[in-house]
Amino acid sequence: MATVTPALDAHGHADDHSHGHAHQQSFISKYVFSQDHKIIGIQFLCTTLLMLMVGGALALAVRWQLAFPWQNMPVIGQLFGLFQTEGGQISPEFYTMLFTMHASVMIFLVIIPILAGAFGNFLIPLQIGCDDMAFPILNMLSYWFMWPAMVCFACSFFWAGGTAGPGNGWTSYPLLSDLPQAAPGSGAPQTFWLFGLTLIGVSSMMGSVNYLTTIINMRAPGMTLFRMPLTIWSMFITAILQAFALPVLTAAGFMLVFDRLGTIFPTTIHSVFFIPANIIVNNAEPTVGGGQPLLWQHLFWFYSHPAVYIMLLPAMGMVSDMLSCMCRKPVFGYKPMVYSLAAIAGLGFIVWGHHMFTSGMNPALGMTFMTSTMMIALPSAIKTFNWIGTMWGGNLKFNAVLLNCAGFVAMFIVGGLSGIFMAAVPVDIYFHDTYFIVAHFHYVLFGSTLFGVFGAIQFWFPKMFGREMNDTVQKWHFVLSFIGFNGTFFPMHLLGIAGMPRRYADPYLHGYLSHLLDMNRFMTVSAIIMGLAQFLLLGNFFYSMFRGKKVGRNPWNANGLEWTAPSPPGHGNFDIAPIVYRGPYEYSSPESDALGQDYILQTVPHVAGIKSVAHH
Amino acid sequence: MKKFWALFFFFWPTVAIYACLIAPSRGWWFPGPPMSRTGVQIDGLFYLILIIVTITFVGTQYALGYVLWKGATKEPGSKAVFSHGSHKLEIMWTIVPSFVLVFISLSQLDVLAEIRVISSFPKDAGKPATKVAEVMARQFEWRIRYPKPGTELTTEPSPEDLYYVNELHVPTGKPVVINLRTQDVQHAFFAPQLRVKQDAVPGLVIPVWFDIKEVGEYDLVCAELCGWGHFKMKARIVAQSQGSVDKYLKQLEAEQNEDGTKAESAEE
Repeated sequence: MATVTPALDAHGHADDHSHGHAHQQSFISKYVFSQDHKIIGIQFLCTTLLMLMVGGALALAVRWQLAFPWQNMPVIGQLFGLFQTEGGQISPEFYTMLFTMHASVMIFLVIIPILAGAFGNFLIPLQIGCDDMAFPILNMLSYWFMWPAMVCFACSFFWAGGTAGPGNGWTSYPLLSDLPQAAPGSGAPQTFWLFGLTLIGVSSMMGSVNYLTTIINMRAPGMTLFRMPLTIWSMFITAILQAFALPVLTAAGFMLVFDRLGTIFPTTIHSVFFIPANIIVNNAEPTVGGGQPLLWQHLFWFYSHPAVYIMLLPAMGMVSDMLSCMCRKPVFGYKPMVYSLAAIAGLGFIVWGHHMFTSGMNPALGMTFMTSTMMIALPSAIKTFNWIGTMWGGNLKFNAVLLNCAGFVAMFIVGGLSGIFMAAVPVDIYFHDTYFIVAHFHYVLFGSTLFGVFGAIQFWFPKMFGREMNDTVQKWHFVLSFIGFNGTFFPMHLLGIAGMPRRYADPYLHGYLSHLLDMNRFMTVSAIIMGLAQFLLLGNFFYSMFRGKKVGRNPWNANGLEWTAPSPPGHGNFDIAPIVYRGPYEYSSPESDALGQDYILQTVPHVAGIKSVAHH
Repeated sequence: MKKFWALFFFFWPTVAIYACLIAPSRGWWFPGPPMSRTGVQIDGLFYLILIIVTITFVGTQYALGYVLWKGATKEPGSKAVFSHGSHKLEIMWTIVPSFVLVFISLSQLDVLAEIRVISSFPKDAGKPATKVAEVMARQFEWRIRYPKPGTELTTEPSPEDLYYVNELHVPTGKPVVINLRTQDVQHAFFAPQLRVKQDAVPGLVIPVWFDIKEVGEYDLVCAELCGWGHFKMKARIVAQSQGSVDKYLKQLEAEQNEDGTKAESAEE
């Protein structure tokens, strides 16, 4: 049992902040340049939901091309200035820009910020029982750095009328991305893209420093590490991943910018980090050289592999919290769940070469990466079994939160299992750069993470806005999204087996692929259904913000500290600084029975007369 | 309604399995049987993993459906099971998957070495794999350079080399090696029916070997984004008997040394 020492708040005062100074804040400092983690979290959430629609629109354009190659897009084709020269037809270089920007927007402007920026920011202080983040000004800056990044991405997109946007894939491999003559989109648009990437990286770094410091230093009395909800564990481990991996990408980005100095300043002097000698692109002068294209791949994937775990772990933590609450049961195997998160993160640093099995790197290196990649399947499997164990024997509440979490588990099983094929190097030789890979990562990033986010939005909405979202609309959203998602992405496994390469504007040119058009049309229709379904979520979200049914502090009867604060919490979060007596998952315990309920908040002391069942 | 949701989670994996079962007959499967020696090994490994993965998929998805069904049909008013987990189960479901993963890892090492490690390239009947051509990828075509018949392929072009574009002729029934290069950006040599893939990296010369079993024409496509024309690098690998390949190369030599004069021999 921890001794009761008062928590220090964000300003170092030992009094309870909510009754402290009553500052009159202007609208700008309260809602725009806010330093309150809750407002910043909501700002991130709204911005990323907007970016989700932008990324989705880009994807639907890709799907249009694959279903109706070289045909004019009805309605939209006449709308935008970009299309008019082609008469509504997607040109090959426009197609390369579409898939590049779809991935870049989704990864850097949606998934990473929505997990860490929106939910991390909102939940961390509330779930660990403090009044704000350790560095509120840094927090505010981490949100506002998203905007210059978005402007840079937008500049790259719209440069030269949008037909010359960066078309080098979000992976931006040199020499395509390195030599401006290599592609229409390799000039200024690519440079803007690199700047956008750097700025969003700065935003992430600021966030991760904040989360690490806050979680380590500012937990409420009694909140030991093993009494933290899994959401916090996942945010903590994710912040470590961000802090250690991101600098490598930033460095690589700078190296690429210096290789391309001629696109920024009128100069012929530039570095050649990734440019070998005697390369002739598009009848340009042979390169001077000395560099190695493979170096970029190592540096890029050293970050981008941990990045995919950054895009997964927080959702895993949140799903554990939500499942436990909706099943009225403790998380099955809390400590194994924590250790698995740590194992995934740790192993995640030594598997990056599995993106490079066909790259021409040393095969001995390939074997070591294969081994570590096989190993990383294990903690993911353990977590899946534990989620099913959490649901087993539970008193399930069949609302949309539970459905989205069950969808998370189901989709994660698919994504994880498809990964095993690619971990086996000889099989990966066939599947690399085919649609099998596209299927795999959409199952883990969209099927798992995004469905987890859908559940999290509904679960924590009452805490954010003091109102609840309409559950029926959310259930419709789930069903349509789930069916649309599987209709779009499950067949991609089959397309990959058929040998359909990625990033092809027109695969049907090749005899062995021409019969796949019907399947691609089916997938496009599914994608359109899935895209339209998102308007249900957005409509529900924004409508309920103002007109949803009002709820109190703890509408779900959940255990976490955030549910002891008002809905929404005021400045300073808690009425009195919380003191923690137990873990976050004591649902349906003998102690809660004694209190006549099936949950018991973390702030409730030991119930007299009941044999202590506390495990941590 | 609750039962509907539980059944939903039973229904969708069933549809997925059904789709996989009918896939081969619809052409949503491999583009034909593997036509090369390593291709046979790769497909074998694929099917081994497919069996393991299918068992796991069925087990976990139906377990998920089962726990949801149990939750849906629970007596109203009954309590949830208060359990923090089971140490025994944790150990079991850590050890068993570990063994499976180690097994898969070990199964593939031989194949991997044979494909990638030069010292493990096949030495059929004592003869090392023959270098038949250099394949130079560029935006957006494949340039093939054969050595003059009777000579060996040199790393840099020789004056009497023979050139063609987008069509590679190789002999069947024995391992052949091509030197894969690129003139400009990254490309990848992907022959789906042969299950062969190798990235072409600027500045590197990478040997790629394959042993094609049967005479035929096989697709060659690019599998690494190389610009706007990435999709249209259509080429083919023509596998013929050694005699036919020799005849083809002689014909190529005659065409390329054709200088308009009616000399009796093709040499100038």
